[in-house]
Amino acid sequence: MSDTTEPGNPFTPHTPSDVEQMLDAVDADDATDLFDIPSAVRFDGELGIDARGEQELKREITETLAQNDELVEFMGRGHFAHYVPSMVDELSMRSEFVTSYTQYQPEIAQGFLQALFEFQSMLVELTGLEIANCSIYDAATALGEAATLAQRVRSTSGDRVLVPELLHEGKRGVLENYADGPDLVVDTYPMDDANVDVDGLEAAIDDDVAMVYAENPTVRGTVEENASAVGDLADEHDALFVLGSDPVAMSLLQRPADVGADVVVGEAAMLGLGTAYGMGTGIFATREDYLRQVPGRLVGASEDDDGRRAYTLTLQTREQHIRRERATSNICTNQAWLALRVAMHAAHLGADGMVDLAERMVELPTELAADLDALDGIEAPVHDRHHFREFAARTDRSAADVAADLESEGFAVHAIDDHLLQVCVTDVNEHATDDLVAAMEAVL
Amino acid sequence: MIYDQASYRDDSDELYEPLLVEKASKEVAVEDGPLPDDLTRDTLEMPELSEPELARHYTRLSQMNYGVENGPFPLGSCTMKYNPKYIDQVAGLDDAAVHPDRSEGSVQGVLDVMATVQDYLASIGGMDEVTLQPPAGAAGEFTGIAIARAYHRANDDERSEVIIPDSAHGTNFATAAMAGFDVVELPSGEDGRVHLEALEEAVCDDTAALMLTNPNTLGLFERDIEQIADVVHDAGGLVYYDGANLNALLGQARPGDMGFDIMHFNLHKTFAVPHGGGGPGAGPVGVVEDLAEFLPDPHARETDDGDYELYEPAQSIGKVHGYHGNWLNSLRGFAYIARLGGDGLADTSEKAVLNANYLATQVDLEIPYGPFHHEFVASAGDLDAADFAKRMLDYGVHPPTTKWPELVPEALMTEPTETESIETLDALATAFDNVLAEDEATLASAPNRTTAGHIDQASAARNPRLSWHALEDGEE
Ligand SMILES: Cc1ncc(COP(=O)(O)O)c(C=O)c1O
Repeated sequence: MSDTTEPGNPFTPHTPSDVEQMLDAVDADDATDLFDIPSAVRFDGELGIDARGEQELKREITETLAQNDELVEFMGRGHFAHYVPSMVDELSMRSEFVTSYTQYQPEIAQGFLQALFEFQSMLVELTGLEIANCSIYDAATALGEAATLAQRVRSTSGDRVLVPELLHEGKRGVLENYADGPDLVVDTYPMDDANVDVDGLEAAIDDDVAMVYAENPTVRGTVEENASAVGDLADEHDALFVLGSDPVAMSLLQRPADVGADVVVGEAAMLGLGTAYGMGTGIFATREDYLRQVPGRLVGASEDDDGRRAYTLTLQTREQHIRRERATSNICTNQAWLALRVAMHAAHLGADGMVDLAERMVELPTELAADLDALDGIEAPVHDRHHFREFAARTDRSAADVAADLESEGFAVHAIDDHLLQVCVTDVNEHATDDLVAAMEAVL
Repeated sequence: MIYDQASYRDDSDELYEPLLVEKASKEVAVEDGPLPDDLTRDTLEMPELSEPELARHYTRLSQMNYGVENGPFPLGSCTMKYNPKYIDQVAGLDDAAVHPDRSEGSVQGVLDVMATVQDYLASIGGMDEVTLQPPAGAAGEFTGIAIARAYHRANDDERSEVIIPDSAHGTNFATAAMAGFDVVELPSGEDGRVHLEALEEAVCDDTAALMLTNPNTLGLFERDIEQIADVVHDAGGLVYYDGANLNALLGQARPGDMGFDIMHFNLHKTFAVPHGGGGPGAGPVGVVEDLAEFLPDPHARETDDGDYELYEPAQSIGKVHGYHGNWLNSLRGFAYIARLGGDGLADTSEKAVLNANYLATQVDLEIPYGPFHHEFVASAGDLDAADFAKRMLDYGVHPPTTKWPELVPEALMTEPTETESIETLDALATAFDNVLAEDEATLASAPNRTTAGHIDQASAARNPRLSWHALEDGEE
């Protein structure tokens, strides 16, 4: 049955005599007799989908995807790539991991539970907060969950959430949708040279604010220098300080707990996955105080009846399958397998590897920005800040035109405003920085 | 015996596998780097193991985990079917790995796959348009209910209630609440289906939507589905289809033809995307034509000249994911559907329903409701369903979903899927019947042949230890 296009599902084991025996047992002439569907709603048309053999299909998909242009991407803005070691691919693909389900029977799911416990632990280490869950869909949905948590844990009512005026449109948009149900209003505070404008935030905040959100690094790739001030302001107004970051950045930048973060959300898929057209691995960490308000699954340590340490999903009374409309979130399926891959990748790097990688993410954009700045017609970086992975650059020509011309030269960068580009450089594209600079010179 | 892990218990009296940090860890001081000290953390501690040691660690962990390839996995409502290997290979193609902010012109291959799988799903569901944005079933529900809310608002008709049958999945209730609606719970009729009179009583001017699974969680087809949809539509509400049980209906019946306005698909159930230990999934949402303008932003479509583009629908609900959903799972779903074709999909449901019905004839348990389709809900009777399940582990098989839906006392919700052979179904039936013949004491002391023995859930919740830091603190 290796490459058949015979009618039928090639992944069912039934021989014709099996089917006969089974039909006999259930007392039916044909499997279709088992359906209790009124004739008015029975489908007797054709779905219009042709079956393909495996080889033919792989060729088709390869050819279809080959319509993508081969570009060297210097793109980031929340979705990043670092080199993923082959070990992560090979071991995460073991079928016991990839074909398993949520660990509702922990006695036969110790392996995955332990891997998720280790993932949670790494985030606890990185954030300095006591609790991390075992994933949310992506950074944007994690931010939405943080806003509703902030509203729930606040002792007095508060209906506003404050976000930076410069915020990735995906995060802003998802937050708006999460805010709609509980009647939260999303307001912005100003930025100063891409970091938090502390005076502006002070003017925008009042006692009606349940959450203040800031990022480190920011959406412009700048290292946030005012995180502690944000934490203090949030505290003064009994608002939660929600900080957006990622595991590589947190290996180097100020530890979120040390700047007063109450919740850390963000993207972890730059470890273990890389570029996947935006597919992500959302992280969610918070203080112990809010343990019972955390969305999503938590793995805890316990003992089995022989007294050995064993792991299990825990505090499930927060979750939808027990608490239904009073659950902390509707999330059920999460990004567990990607969390496993994050943990594998982080373990492969180790502490030295994580810190070295993060330091490289400060050096690379500085070097590339300087090389671009030496050209005529471009100023880089625009912001007088430290950078992490990426930076904004001002072009004399229209940024959209420059980006389009660069595409013809084989490179992808962001055009983020009329005369602003954003350029991201990591270990996966640093080999091509000289080529990018040459192409930039040609198109400016 | 399909799966036996008892030997793991001989290895150590304390644990089954040390944590990475217990094997080796290193704390580094963060200093003298490219950033001033006041902008950096002080230290970082992480596991410190070589690649060969890590390979052993994760291989060992995988061996302490049960997946579909270890044996049958008849978890009701979860559709744990075999995940064909080529699906993961195509998801690993280099050309699938692109940045989400790439120009549309430079990712025509990705957009082509997206638009094509949207069309396939629309055809399978009898819907007019499908979005691939939602990353899981619950996210699909959230998207669908947001679409219903936007539709009513566009008609200047703010509505506050969502009706959900008592047998529904927890996500339905949680979704409606998250989207700001009051939940009206609908008691099931005696036959386990929606009771039309109860529904008529429940609907009113405030009804935004009814959320329904069909076949429902008892595996029963809602025979009155057309009248059900009429009752809700007459009251001005919309009808939402929870696609968790679509594996029963492929090519047999389509939600769009039954009167549903909005539906989600679970690519990780029906369309063979592996469950990955709890995710990632994908929960595309289909809508009828009138609702297409409310779909999330961005939406992929084919242009008149045969190119592909992304656009924002006229009255879009906005964003439900930071970028484009779980793209690699959209690709996996495409690969599955294209391999099977229309006939293969229809055969899938026939075999899924045949397998469930055959298995039911081979077990001695009472199954109070029928006729059922791809799954049945048996009762463990006087036995505790959770204990029953634990004991099934000793027979080397994964047990069914337990204690839900609550309409069946001590429920064992069983969904074998189409990818199990008659021999495996017979082995599964033997496991059911062996456990049924045992006493509660034997069940309560199970499991014995699994990696870990019975795990104390209560103490895990009473004394939460959620990281290796918490374990270390506990030892101090
Ligand atoms: C009936 C039903 N509805 C909804 C869901 C939620 O889907 P997901 O886990 O993909 O969010 C499930 C999942 O188990 C389900 O069984």
